[in-house]
Amino acid sequence: MDNNSNSKPNTILINPVTRIEGHAKITLILDDSGQVSDAQFHVNEFRGFEKFCEGRYFTEMPVITPRICGICPVSHSVASAKACEMIMGIKPPYTGEKLRRLIHLGQMISSHALSFFHLSSPDFLLGWDSDPAQRNILGLAAKFPDIARRGIRLRKFGQEISERITGKKIHIMGIVPGGMGFPLTEENRRALLAWVTEALETTWLGMYLLKKYQDANSKEMSAFACFETMYLGTVGSQGEHELYDGKLRFIDAEGKIVADQIDPKRYLDYIAERPVSWSYLKYPYYKPYGYERGFYRVGPLARLNVASHMKTPLAQKEFQIFKAMGNGRPLHGTFFYHYARLIEMMGSIEEVKLILEDPLITSNKIQTHGQHNENEGIGCSEAPRGTLFHHYVTDETGKLTKVNLLIATGQNNPAMNRSVLEVAKKYVRGKDVQEGALNRVEAAIRCYDPCLSCSTHAIGAMPLIVEIRDSRGGLVHVVKRG
Amino acid sequence: MSKKKLATVWLGGCSGCHMSLLDIDERILKLAELVEIVKSPIVDFKNFIYADITLVEGSVTSDEHWHEIQEIRAKTKILIALGDCAVTANVTGMRNYFSKEDVLKQAYTDAPSNDGKGQMPGHPALLKLHDKAVPLQEAVTVDYCIPGCPPSADAIFYLLSELLNDRIPHLDQERKLKYG
Repeated sequence: MDNNSNSKPNTILINPVTRIEGHAKITLILDDSGQVSDAQFHVNEFRGFEKFCEGRYFTEMPVITPRICGICPVSHSVASAKACEMIMGIKPPYTGEKLRRLIHLGQMISSHALSFFHLSSPDFLLGWDSDPAQRNILGLAAKFPDIARRGIRLRKFGQEISERITGKKIHIMGIVPGGMGFPLTEENRRALLAWVTEALETTWLGMYLLKKYQDANSKEMSAFACFETMYLGTVGSQGEHELYDGKLRFIDAEGKIVADQIDPKRYLDYIAERPVSWSYLKYPYYKPYGYERGFYRVGPLARLNVASHMKTPLAQKEFQIFKAMGNGRPLHGTFFYHYARLIEMMGSIEEVKLILEDPLITSNKIQTHGQHNENEGIGCSEAPRGTLFHHYVTDETGKLTKVNLLIATGQNNPAMNRSVLEVAKKYVRGKDVQEGALNRVEAAIRCYDPCLSCSTHAIGAMPLIVEIRDSRGGLVHVVKRG
Repeated sequence: MSKKKLATVWLGGCSGCHMSLLDIDERILKLAELVEIVKSPIVDFKNFIYADITLVEGSVTSDEHWHEIQEIRAKTKILIALGDCAVTANVTGMRNYFSKEDVLKQAYTDAPSNDGKGQMPGHPALLKLHDKAVPLQEAVTVDYCIPGCPPSADAIFYLLSELLNDRIPHLDQERKLKYG
């Protein structure tokens, strides 16, 4: 920890926030008695995709926009290809859509495995207050080599789906307007199918580790950054959990459905956002309720809170336990993001198996062709971290004149800020902050698994600083580790 | 033999190069035997002390990146530009065709989802964007470039294992040099 010599009295700065996917700092503001009174979560990077894509031909977007984020590039490709298809007035053929679903699920698996095993499990398995030098995937490998190896292989399974279809794991080229550019071969279909059992076993292992931890720390965990918000997620026509394509559902903090079966193309009727001075990440809100009351969350916890059921049997069984915990209401505790993520992982692996068993999955009929027909397109998909929107406007020749991107992590921004405040109030007293307390403040953010490169479209790496400031805005203390 | 110190740094990029580093999969365990990671987005150290090898992803886009890369250069023996954004500015550099003001205005003032209220980001804790995003070698001397968007996990692992075993990597001969 650093004492900043230029300090004004009474703030804590955590910089960088680590083991999250992006660049961030945190400022904690103390009142005169040394209690935390406010928190500011600073997302610190900007790349400017909305502007620099102007003038490009619209069909370039499924290749440019994955570069927003190396963790969920597939979700960007999918949302982008769907926006292009609206502009062209076409739909992918059966197998083209199934292959996209398969790759999209693969990314969900690898991203959730990264979040759980590589980034978060060191806290559960090694301890929040354990040596920071060991509290990472390598420290985990040293102490629990089998768990680390399994986690690494689960992430690999997800990445392998992309590679076996398109020849590349990150920033793949195969998702194109109208469907897919590459088919799945029989050899690759068998190889992936053979991996499903191991992937499910590893997910059960993760579930076991998480539940063991939750049971031993149930009080702390249910209270961890627990506060009531609305939720947004995609559902199918029967209200089932859906990741690739569906309609939007918003619920309020009591669990009541306030908007259902909303076509994502109408997102501007339901979501607005406001820029704030302390972050490059904007503050979205549910438009009908306004900025003050329209606070909502997205991502695994939100998707499970809004869904009526899961599509596959193992995930459905676990989903019922999840729902029972909420006793008819949504689960609001931020720590339950981890549980929700593992349930989604299970459902994703089951769905991968179903798709791989579909005899039509190796068909070569994978792409519809079309041309520029409309001047506006909106595409949506569930990224690992939440609902993602791409909105393009073109001129008569198909060149982009306006691009708007509403990103998953962006929609959790108000909630992340609030979670930091809740946790800091509980664990931080005065300016002499313990390292373990800082780690818990960061963990509140890590629960959302924020992908800050996405959210600022733009962003970069995510280290963290906590600054402690007094009620007059003076800096009293800067905390960094190292 | 004591373990070599490895750092990985993320400037203006998408994290895809770091994901490709993780795509070395089980070889991570092998790497863990050879190196100690002293700074990286995936571990908890916050300050940069010294590294034998530093992999840098992303372009230099702001005052913070500029200072950070100078400091890292001074404290690193072998500095590697990891991926196309670090080597050429790539997609991160696409904003260079527009003025910084227009780029910010599009996101924070003109986006159709904006509610017309709020403020342009400008808190002292935030980085200040430079007019242009530039590749690493415009800011510091780079020892190795490994292009790719992202570079393949095999290329990254090859480079690291050669350097960690005190051999000179020959990326050209290994046919691992590829942009995009």
